Amino acid sequence: MTGLPMLSLAILLPVIGAILLLFVRNTDGAKDGLIRNLTLAVSLATFAVTLALWAGFDSAPAGESFQFMERHPWIPAFGIEYFLGIDGLSLMLIVLTGFLTPIALLTSWDSIGSRVKEFSIFMLVLEAAMIGVFCALDLFLFYVFWDILLIPMYFLIGIWGYDQRVYAAVKFILYTLAGSVLMLVAIIGLSWMHFAATGQYSFNVLELYALDIPFNVQYWFFLAFALAFAIKVPLFPFHTWLPDAHVQAPTPGSVILAGVLLKMGGYGLIRFAFPLFPEAGAYFAPVIAMLSVVAIIYGALVAMVQPDMKKLVAYSSVSHMGFVVLGITTLNVQGIQGASFQMLAHGVSTGGLFALVGMMSDRRHTRLISEYGGIKAVMPKLTAAFLVITLASVGLPGMNGFVGEFLIMLGAFQWDARYAVGAGLGVILSAVYMLWMFQRLFYGPVTNDHNKHLPDLSFREWAVIGPLAAMAIVMGVFPNVFLKPMGPAVDRIVERVIAHQPASARTDSDEFRRGGPAAAHLPAFDSPRPPVTTSVRTAGGY
Amino acid sequence: MFSNAFDAVIPVICLALAGLVVMLAEAFRGKGERMPLGGLALIGLVGAAAASVLLWNRNATSFGVMTADNFSIFVNLVIIMVGILTVAISSQTVERDGLPAGEYYAMLLFAIVGMMLMAQATDLLLIFLALETMSIAVYILTGFRRDQVQSTEGAFKYFLLGAFASSFFLYGVAFIYGVTGSTGLDRVGSVIAAQSMSGNVMILLGVGLMLVGFAFKIAAVPFHMWSPDAYEGAPAVVTGFMSTGVKAAAIAAFARVFLSALEPMITDWAPIIWGMAAATMVVGTVVGVAQTSLKRMLAYSSIAHGGYLLLGIIAGSDVGKAAILYYLAAYAVTNLGAFGIIALLGTRARANDDLRDYAGLAQSHPGVAALMTFFLLSLGGFPPTAGFIAKWYVFSAAVGAGYYGLAVIGVLSSVVSVFFYLRVVVMMYMSERDARPVPAPVAGVALAGLALSLAGVLYLGILPARVLDWAQASVSTIF
Repeated sequence: MTGLPMLSLAILLPVIGAILLLFVRNTDGAKDGLIRNLTLAVSLATFAVTLALWAGFDSAPAGESFQFMERHPWIPAFGIEYFLGIDGLSLMLIVLTGFLTPIALLTSWDSIGSRVKEFSIFMLVLEAAMIGVFCALDLFLFYVFWDILLIPMYFLIGIWGYDQRVYAAVKFILYTLAGSVLMLVAIIGLSWMHFAATGQYSFNVLELYALDIPFNVQYWFFLAFALAFAIKVPLFPFHTWLPDAHVQAPTPGSVILAGVLLKMGGYGLIRFAFPLFPEAGAYFAPVIAMLSVVAIIYGALVAMVQPDMKKLVAYSSVSHMGFVVLGITTLNVQGIQGASFQMLAHGVSTGGLFALVGMMSDRRHTRLISEYGGIKAVMPKLTAAFLVITLASVGLPGMNGFVGEFLIMLGAFQWDARYAVGAGLGVILSAVYMLWMFQRLFYGPVTNDHNKHLPDLSFREWAVIGPLAAMAIVMGVFPNVFLKPMGPAVDRIVERVIAHQPASARTDSDEFRRGGPAAAHLPAFDSPRPPVTTSVRTAGGY
Repeated sequence: MFSNAFDAVIPVICLALAGLVVMLAEAFRGKGERMPLGGLALIGLVGAAAASVLLWNRNATSFGVMTADNFSIFVNLVIIMVGILTVAISSQTVERDGLPAGEYYAMLLFAIVGMMLMAQATDLLLIFLALETMSIAVYILTGFRRDQVQSTEGAFKYFLLGAFASSFFLYGVAFIYGVTGSTGLDRVGSVIAAQSMSGNVMILLGVGLMLVGFAFKIAAVPFHMWSPDAYEGAPAVVTGFMSTGVKAAAIAAFARVFLSALEPMITDWAPIIWGMAAATMVVGTVVGVAQTSLKRMLAYSSIAHGGYLLLGIIAGSDVGKAAILYYLAAYAVTNLGAFGIIALLGTRARANDDLRDYAGLAQSHPGVAALMTFFLLSLGGFPPTAGFIAKWYVFSAAVGAGYYGLAVIGVLSSVVSVFFYLRVVVMMYMSERDARPVPAPVAGVALAGLALSLAGVLYLGILPARVLDWAQASVSTIF
């Protein structure tokens, strides 16, 4: 590890870039090369920093729980600190952010035609805030990043979006805010509980983990946290902002929204909601799991009937993120590992889908599936890329979508087979709607005259979709590269949640939740599969 | 010592002198001669600020009715800041609107004198006098655009209702005097505490009547009816001044009276303030949503902010008092910035405060639009601005005192308020300008004032620790 404050660097680099941009004159109007290139360079540099974080990260199970820690007092009177640190889970999400931002910027070359400077500033601020969310270990700081992030996204949707953009932008910000302010009350409540217990305020997550919170308080605080994250994920029935925001956002906005922002909900559940309130978490887990199965199936069914490609992909996100939440609620190692992996996989593949849909609508200025057909003959390269990403999204074995969904279903099966069955139905449905869309877009004769002479992928578009497609395959073939750093982090979270369960619920099944005796991580691939027992969690009656 | 007796009054004297000098200068001003009257006012304000800073931690008192404890010094500094920003922003509008500069700046200074007296007074009668000094000056300022019907109407409403409210307050003081035999806060407090008067009808009447007077001045529901009209009628700079300065002074006196002298009766008045705070936050935001005039909208927003301030009072703790102080500072820089922009974009003939007037502002005035966005985000309580830290602070106080319900009402109403703040942003950034004339550019001292506001908003939002420590140090010495 170097002496540099790497995490601060990752946050500050985009901010400095944004401030620099303020002083760059927008000379060239919409096609300003200098501003675009500068922004891209800053985001690539940030990506390099995130990769350096990965390189310096100690992913041995015995390694420190949080690394690259930075701790400075911010508001000492209330124990509020500028406290950053990452474990494997945050590391992966930060790398994902670093990876997707330059790609999103590259998609903007065609889709953003005005006010490039403002656009670039908002993108960079957004990136900084996203990285901040994933590495803040002080709840106050976390909330600050969480809220700051809404503003650039609001502008991205509202200024550069499609025709319903203002409505979508306002809906996005109000929905998210409504959830998060209740979380703020709970955060404040936690700090006062810490004050009551120790005589000092604290927003430090690690200290708050140790707090002994009575169940009735956990009940309300968990609900407040879970609501904030459920809206962000978004979990059925809090998903209604998502189709609007995704569809109306410009392509780069959609890529970031689907690729990273939704993950903050899952991350929040794993990092804060469940470990801070383990008893209440276990109490509500079945309800949330039920909702996520509903989300999986409902999202898939609604996606199936969408005439608009972008809307279809948006609803597919509801379905896929349902998997993530289901995996988290299993509260076992396989489930949470799977959820974490699925977040990364979904970021790559759905980011890719939005990028591709954006490329098509840039050419034709329509997102209606019925306007296309037979595109394979016109744009074979784009078709190939689309196929790779589609297969990744439906979870073909060997592609990234498979690993996460498989682990999640494995985890769900150990808990209660019924959830796994529901989720399995979702896998089938996702193949149906994705492949059906693929078929309608690309196969058959070219029916629409406008489609006869479309240019195929340009070099810049290759730069967008190439890395995404490559990642989709790499993640599917070498999942351990990504699962390994997350392993110790997931183990610790599961340990913590189990340790707080009533003794009656602590049966031998805890061994499975921990991933079996021999498997500290990589449960599904390296270790003998634990014997399958159904409904291991029915015992305790919590 | 003679000199010591005057210590606590020195800041007020600075300003009163400055006010008199401005008036005199105006009297001797030749026709058409330009005088830097705003500069004179600034000198007075800076002098008062320096005097206040020098009094920090000294707990000076004067004549047994005035104090210069840290609490009042903090409030004074907020008020002086309000004054400085107001003067800076006025530099562009007074001339444009053809207002009589001498009277304008003199009234501004006298209003500030009243405000500072209010923050420093420890005697109910002096609070009343300060209230009147402040109010009369502000009534005049509200009606300063005599050529405009709205201005006159707003001033008249404000005056009539304000006079009523002041008399309610005085009546309340009379009751309290009747029961306790004193108007001095410490004496009143000790009598109430010693005789456990919590159920006494006379004293309850007195408390209730005083509450009406204070609630009127901070525009708490249901005593808020005057404020949208007065705020809309007054010149926009004056509205900014009123909504921050008057509120700061009134809430400071409110907190001092209710949290020192009447603290033993907290179980009697807390439920009333609970209802008042909840109603104020909800009504302020919900009605604000329906407004299309920016000034009116910010008037309702200002009502809602009064509700948040009440959270600090009801919490009754040191955290609550410090939260009030921090909130006042944050709100002052933010709201003055917002009203300053409204004022600067207006013209002599039209106030240009309709939402549609802001369409496409980001194209014609990118800098001003960005400033306005920051101020609106701060009003809505977004990090990294002052408004966020201030809101967190008052909610923290409420939660710490066990008022989870109020905190939830507060955060939810602040979400609703974001909706209408964002409507302005939507107009500025996401709508095209129609055929209306492009407003004049903002420059010079006024721009510097706005920049100062922004600096305050960001400083209080990003590096709050120091001011927060001051706020805490301000409440630990008193009450």
